[in-house]
Amino acid sequence: MADEIETIDVDEELPPPSDGEVDDEVDDGLVDAGDFDAYREDTAEYDRLAAQTDEGAQLLTQHSEIVVTGGPWPELEGESQTMIINMGPQHPSTHGVLRIMMELDGETVVRAKPVIGYLHTGMEKTAEQLTYVQGGTNVTRMDYASPIANEIVFAMAVERLLDVEVPERAQWMRMLLAELSRMASHLLFQATNGMDLGAVSMMLFGWREREETLRVLEKITGLRMNHNFVRPGGLAADLPDGWEDACLDLCDIVERGIGEYDELLTANPIWLERMVGVGVITTEEALALGASGPILRSTGFAWDLRKTQPYLAYDQVDFDVIYTENGDCFDRYRIRLHEIAESMKIVRQCVERMPSGDYRVQDKKVTPPPRARIDESMEALIHHFKLFTEGFRVPAGETYVAVESPRGEIGCYLVSDGTGKPARMHIRGPSFYNLQSMQPMIKDRMVADGVAIVSSVDPIMGEVDR
Amino acid sequence: MGLEAVPYNFLTARLEDVVRWARRNSVMPATFGLACCAIEMMATGAAHYDLARFGMETFRASPRQADLMIVAGRVSQKMAPVLRQVYDQMVEPKWVISMGVCASSGGMFNNYAIVQGVDQIVPVDVYVPGCPPGPETLLHGILTLHQQIKTGDLLKRREASPSGGAGLEIDQRDGTPVDLPTVSARA
Amino acid sequence: MADDTAVDTAEDAREEEHKVVPPWDEVAAALVAAFDGAIFHDSHGQPVVYVPREHWAAAALHLRDVERFTTCLDICAVDHLTDADRITVDGVTPERFEIVANFLSHPRNRRIRLIAQVPATDTTIAAVTPIYPGVNLAERETFDLYGITFDGHPDLTRILMPDDWEGHPLRKDDAPARVPVTFKGDPGPR
Repeated sequence: MADEIETIDVDEELPPPSDGEVDDEVDDGLVDAGDFDAYREDTAEYDRLAAQTDEGAQLLTQHSEIVVTGGPWPELEGESQTMIINMGPQHPSTHGVLRIMMELDGETVVRAKPVIGYLHTGMEKTAEQLTYVQGGTNVTRMDYASPIANEIVFAMAVERLLDVEVPERAQWMRMLLAELSRMASHLLFQATNGMDLGAVSMMLFGWREREETLRVLEKITGLRMNHNFVRPGGLAADLPDGWEDACLDLCDIVERGIGEYDELLTANPIWLERMVGVGVITTEEALALGASGPILRSTGFAWDLRKTQPYLAYDQVDFDVIYTENGDCFDRYRIRLHEIAESMKIVRQCVERMPSGDYRVQDKKVTPPPRARIDESMEALIHHFKLFTEGFRVPAGETYVAVESPRGEIGCYLVSDGTGKPARMHIRGPSFYNLQSMQPMIKDRMVADGVAIVSSVDPIMGEVDR
Repeated sequence: MGLEAVPYNFLTARLEDVVRWARRNSVMPATFGLACCAIEMMATGAAHYDLARFGMETFRASPRQADLMIVAGRVSQKMAPVLRQVYDQMVEPKWVISMGVCASSGGMFNNYAIVQGVDQIVPVDVYVPGCPPGPETLLHGILTLHQQIKTGDLLKRREASPSGGAGLEIDQRDGTPVDLPTVSARA
Repeated sequence: MADDTAVDTAEDAREEEHKVVPPWDEVAAALVAAFDGAIFHDSHGQPVVYVPREHWAAAALHLRDVERFTTCLDICAVDHLTDADRITVDGVTPERFEIVANFLSHPRNRRIRLIAQVPATDTTIAAVTPIYPGVNLAERETFDLYGITFDGHPDLTRILMPDDWEGHPLRKDDAPARVPVTFKGDPGPR
């Protein structure tokens, strides 16, 4: 081959493209396979490599099939051969309509961007059309796994603007319902988390206990979900007869249940392999991204609004704040499991120490009169009529109230303009901010870990998109 | 579908009964849980209200493998094209249950963001009211669908069905109108 | 306290008419002292500082670096176009839009709220995302639903509405909050 090629002056034009053949001898200024000894048949390197094959000397062909003639060739960035895949918005990992665009380098996630808005309901716009009593129906459907938390935060914001003080029994009843709702939400997490990671039977186990919790909630509030029971001024009705036994029986059932989950999962090697060290987030990252709830507590920072900024009657009951050190998915699973136990502690204390009294504030301008009085008193009739048609008026003002929902800090920013409907009602949904913490967690992990990470963030799209 | 060419007589009536029996006892729902109704749908599939007794506990994530789409939850403007795409990807025969008031009519959210009834996008066979409908209500809706499958024709077209559907005309992708065979509704 | 600094005769006269609330919150006092035009307001027991729009990013930076406010919890906007009644705070000229930011300091266990007035003619304000990365999505949402542009935001695109949506739905004069309910059997809308 060397005999046939004539040398070419590099300053002259390159020869016209040949039919794919490359001349190793010519220095045409381009790097090609001919520059490497491994591809030149007459070099020692070629012989060495050829000797490694057990089929005799073979011709080692070039790796690249690109013809290195003509030009100019664009720079080939061999490293960034990333692929963008789409996860959702309809996918079996039951976290609602979340869409995650992942940039993958092989199986490793380089970047993950959540795309939301598939459940945007315009609830904040609807809230401006509903009276303050109706507002609970709207707000409760945001975080639909633990509806009581939404209702409590909205009711507390309205009461703050009205400057009314809710009676003690109402505070304790709200606390009881909040903890039952927290139990239901964490049981849902156990069920869906298990199913996402492959322990499909966890779905049935978690739902078994959740059904019992919803049965008690139905006994008290009338509905299994989206109760609209916590209203500004108190609650819609008093506790029914037999609620103490129902709550205590529930605690026994759930205690057995979480014992089962613990036995099944916590020391399970598959569970540990899939969760320990996966989705690690540090306290600085979590605080910078506005994450709260179990995500923040899993990093070693024991922040729980029920302890640090107590509301309702949380300063009068005895419970622990569960936190762990590692910040991975396993820690968040363990935190939520133990928070069920803490909620049961609070429920038991509520059963023992529930004070007697009014379940709503006795302010005629806010609370409708008892139905029997409507037949007797004209004033009661007029109040009832005005309250249920126009609704009570809230003087102009603005406030922000936050409580600890199972997902973190849920806040309600309420602006009133003196009429019976809010001028602005904005809910600071914890999942909206917790979703941002998914990005540092998923970086440089594999796609399968992505499922575990999204599941441990436990987003509820109703409050993300509102 | 090859069976439409077969002339209707006593023998094919037996065959139709068998096919309908098979279809209603092996309905596979597609996972289309959107919001709160999804939680109640999962509860219906869980152990207490058991969908497995109808053979329906396997929620297929892939629309190609599913024949029932339970639209569980509110459909937002951004989600509507996705819903239609998933419905189109399902293979005939397919049915749609609109679960909850948000899917049936927009529910309490009659604003800019929510499609006022999913039957504006896909034809619906059974509407299940409730906010959210409890598992018993959803089961009643599913049993109603089973009854419809049992008594309807083999080639059930929604416009001619007893429930009336939504009166929706769905064109082919290339714009030619669908030529519906005349079906006689039998008791 | 803030009302002792930079008082001249004109302000003296105004003070006698309307009582200026002195900040009982040290953080608010520091903000009022540091930024010209910042006004403290006591909102049902919560400290609120009305910050002029031009000092928005600087105030957030001050809160983060000096006052140790670890998290900006929330950024949202309020549209006061159709308000029947509105709270008046002395020294603050009310505009159509308000941007509200709630902050939380974990080590000091306290909260504070900053509010800036944004006129309808010039709906821009500095982004807090470079200072507190946690409000990235919140500022995108405010842009999407209200049309407020945040200068310095890395990715200001629509987040909740479809990408091709026109308008900003949560504005009072934009999308309808109630659409006519159609009854399928009924020829006309209700």
